[in-house]
Amino acid sequence: MQPDSRNASGERRSRRGSRRRWRLTARYALLTIGAVVVLAPLYLTFVSSLLPPSALAERPPPFFPLDPQWHDYAVAWSQGDLGVYLRNSAIQTGIIVCGQLVTSVLAGYAFAFLRFPLRRALFVVFLATLMIPFEVTLVTNTQTISELGWYNTFAGLTVPFLATGVGTFLLRQAFLQIPRDLREAASLDGYGHLRFLLRIAVPLARPALAALGVFSFLAAWNQYLWPLVVTGSGNGVRTVQIGLKLLQGTEVSRTDVALAGTVIAVLPLLVLLVVCQKQLVRSLTAGAVK
Amino acid sequence: MADVAFRGATKRFEGRPAVDHLDLEVADGELLVLLGPSGCGKTTALRMVAGLEEPDEGEILIGGRVVNDVEPKDRDVAMVFQSYALYPHLNVERNIEFPLRRRGIDAQLRRQTVHEVAASLGLQELLARKPRELSGGQRQRVALARAIVRQPRAFLMDEPLSNLDAALRMQTRADIVALQARLGTTTLYVTHDQVEAMTMGHRIAVMDCGVLQQVGAPHVLYDRPANLFVARFLGNPGMNVLPATLDHPGAHFARVDGGHVPLGDDGAGATGQAASLVVGVRPEHLALSPSGSLEATVLLVELLGADVHVLCQLGGDTKLVVRQDASAPRPAIGDGVRIVAATGSVHVFTGESGARLGGPG
Repeated sequence: MQPDSRNASGERRSRRGSRRRWRLTARYALLTIGAVVVLAPLYLTFVSSLLPPSALAERPPPFFPLDPQWHDYAVAWSQGDLGVYLRNSAIQTGIIVCGQLVTSVLAGYAFAFLRFPLRRALFVVFLATLMIPFEVTLVTNTQTISELGWYNTFAGLTVPFLATGVGTFLLRQAFLQIPRDLREAASLDGYGHLRFLLRIAVPLARPALAALGVFSFLAAWNQYLWPLVVTGSGNGVRTVQIGLKLLQGTEVSRTDVALAGTVIAVLPLLVLLVVCQKQLVRSLTAGAVK
Repeated sequence: MADVAFRGATKRFEGRPAVDHLDLEVADGELLVLLGPSGCGKTTALRMVAGLEEPDEGEILIGGRVVNDVEPKDRDVAMVFQSYALYPHLNVERNIEFPLRRRGIDAQLRRQTVHEVAASLGLQELLARKPRELSGGQRQRVALARAIVRQPRAFLMDEPLSNLDAALRMQTRADIVALQARLGTTTLYVTHDQVEAMTMGHRIAVMDCGVLQQVGAPHVLYDRPANLFVARFLGNPGMNVLPATLDHPGAHFARVDGGHVPLGDDGAGATGQAASLVVGVRPEHLALSPSGSLEATVLLVELLGADVHVLCQLGGDTKLVVRQDASAPRPAIGDGVRIVAATGSVHVFTGESGARLGGPG
């Protein structure tokens, strides 16, 4: 190779390297901005929960608590009965998540692998339920729950949410990714639908299941309107979101304590997202990258 | 082990027959190859034996028993899929063990059986790996191991070599033949590759458009094809087929584009009063010779190592291939040549249905 062409190729390489560095810098800058936008409210809530009441009114609000008021957490926990509300939310959310996973797996499998009359029409009906806002069914559902005697019970809180069109759709799509040959091989090996579902289909659909689990956990945990409607006074089955609201109406009606309660209430969600983020990302990008 | 039989088995998809009144018997311990082009119904026939497709008409018998209404799991057949159908989340050991888990075999015996089968296929070192960590050939062996481990009454193999490269395919072909001979298990093997069929099958059943065209030993199908489809499908390249006319019934020569070919006694005697004829000659039965009775122009010369294929154009649109030894003098493209057909090598078919009238063999 001639010296000139060596120089030219070296220049090209260095130009390419510098372009790549710029692209990387720009990408990280964008990601950093996105992360700040998402995390800022969480951080501000956390910081505010540690500020003394007098500092809360300061503008701009302090970005770091110099004298953290940890005792606000103790007040929120004990006087706001957050322990009970969190337990109730955990039970309600647990039932809804488990219920949705079970019904979505069964319905998704049926739509993906079974042949039965009106299969397509029924699936369209399932999808159509996605178009109906929850508020539209609120009155009817409330009446039904009352007539069943489920007012102020976990059944009332959870049963209307045990099946979901989104979950069925998500799992059906995941099951459709499983090659038909696997089902046929399993059927020759002596595995019926239920065994195939449990031993092959469910393990292979794990990312979709994790995604559904996280989404339904978020939705159930953050419910406010429905628990408010179907639960009465007292904290027998009331959930943490109502507990937070009530926290502002009691003798501990202080913003800093309410914020401390909010941080406590949001902690399970953060833990869940951190634990499940790998599966969640895999599920959301499934099919996007070959 | 068991024999397998189709009795008038028919399967239609959207009214169109994929398998049309198939009558075929596979003897106990036999390796029968179902051969045909894509869409000819061979896989559908195999799936009917497995119970994955239900025949619309006719019967499927395994071991002399009609199994039309028997669930796939109760037919005691094992299938090797074209895609291998390995369970991606299970390692090789669990994949091979999978069919045994439903049979109430105790864990110790299961493990022992799996290890024996794995050893027989050279898979011991791979038992802990997941399918995605295996090469195509290794996956294929795992699929075979999973079929063997059950000791079924019949193996059903659906183009199991089609995803392998040429060298590996040749090796695996020999492995499957040896394995089948060792186990003596009745095997129904589907392929579109006539080389696989010729080298592996005790017998070959050729199908086209859902209809069984001919069944017999490989050399019988090659030497005495029942019709033009079989004649063209077997052999690489397939038989040369030339429209022909006779000067008079029983003539010993048939006129074709570019000259004439000798029919021999068998061929001449079989022509009868046929209105239109087609003659067929295998490329290896043709030779370039100055005294040849066919006049042609060379279109292409392909060197394949030991052989040379010379594609020639006769008069009109008729083309034929001559196979000659690589050591023979090679013509150049565009050369005018003369071709001779070996005496007694010309097959005669009817022009209408393509059915065989006569010829060598």
